[in-house]
Amino acid sequence: MTASTKQITNMEQLLEGIWKQNPVFVMTLGMCPTLAVTVSGFNALGMGVATAFVLVCSAGLISLLRNFIPKEVRIATYIVIIATFVTLVDYIIQAVSLALYDALGAFIQLIVVNCIILGRAEAHAAKNPPLPAVLNAFGMGIGFTIGLLALGCVREILGAGKLFGVSLFGASFQPWVVMVLPPGGFFVLGGWLLLFAWWAKRKESNHG
Amino acid sequence: MDESLGQIFVITLLSSNFVLAMFLGLCPFLGVSGKLETAVPMGIATSFVMLVASLCAYGLNWLLGYFELEFLRLISYIVVIASTVQLVEMAMKRFSPALFRALGIYLPLITTNCAVLGVALFQTARGYDFGQSVAFSLGGGAGFTLALVLMAGVRERLKLSDIPGAMQGTALSLMLAGLLSLAFMGFGGIGVSR
Repeated sequence: MTASTKQITNMEQLLEGIWKQNPVFVMTLGMCPTLAVTVSGFNALGMGVATAFVLVCSAGLISLLRNFIPKEVRIATYIVIIATFVTLVDYIIQAVSLALYDALGAFIQLIVVNCIILGRAEAHAAKNPPLPAVLNAFGMGIGFTIGLLALGCVREILGAGKLFGVSLFGASFQPWVVMVLPPGGFFVLGGWLLLFAWWAKRKESNHG
Repeated sequence: MDESLGQIFVITLLSSNFVLAMFLGLCPFLGVSGKLETAVPMGIATSFVMLVASLCAYGLNWLLGYFELEFLRLISYIVVIASTVQLVEMAMKRFSPALFRALGIYLPLITTNCAVLGVALFQTARGYDFGQSVAFSLGGGAGFTLALVLMAGVRERLKLSDIPGAMQGTALSLMLAGLLSLAFMGFGGIGVSR
């Protein structure tokens, strides 16, 4: 009985980050990498997976060490743990795909200051045993990746007429170049948020 | 890397503005830009931390290169930035308690401001020398303050206008930021030597 209730809570932990508390669309955290690297679907996917990896590893380690870290220096400890995993990811990406490494550039190392990771460490991993902490972090990571993909795909389709490097519309398509330039990032994310806000408002008025 | 100091300053201030073109420091940009009187001190405090972080990063990078410990770069940068922010916080509490209270939670959050770590990482990646690093961090800080103040000015006006329900909040702020960013793209080409 206890096992089954635990299973449900674990499942909820996982789903929370994907939908109900999606880091990009609901909490609007981690904006800097979200907007900077999402000029194409491929970059967005790489960034999302890298962030998810750091998120899961640091959440697991912090959760394991949660009873040993003194309260006064906890933020500094979390930052050092996160920075360690980010350094690891930095070298892994460099070894696996040099093209991705060049495209993401300094933004891989900037994962350290992504508010989502420190936020999860402080709000969740420091208070929970490893399994729920890791599941929660994994959900958040997936949610973040979905958010990045939603931005990256829209920007690549509109701005370059391609999706994951495959041309969609043929030669007659005039690319909407502003979408792959910085302002496009703001516009597309603003558009998504507007869509969600409008949807929430409509649902609310239907119920009321 | 034969750009002059003035060029680096102007380019990081305008055409590749930290907030509007490189997407660094968006959290405080969206968070503190509601009112002009908090936007200005926040910009100045962040600029100061950026300058100190840039100087420390320059020294650290040389030191790490000397001992061939480059893989520790990220960790040492972030530790230095965290301590600098702590110092600024203590100094501000001692010399200007009113300002300290006004900035509240956003002061310690400078640690996780991408703009600060961004300065350190980009100057390393681009191989700037000492003078160039200083010009880069000053331009970045001034650019951050400029974007923050512009945004605060626009948002103060918005409070007086009638906005459709779904448009309120972050969505509108992002659209505004997009328009500002579009305007700043007009500066493209400034400072580039012919």
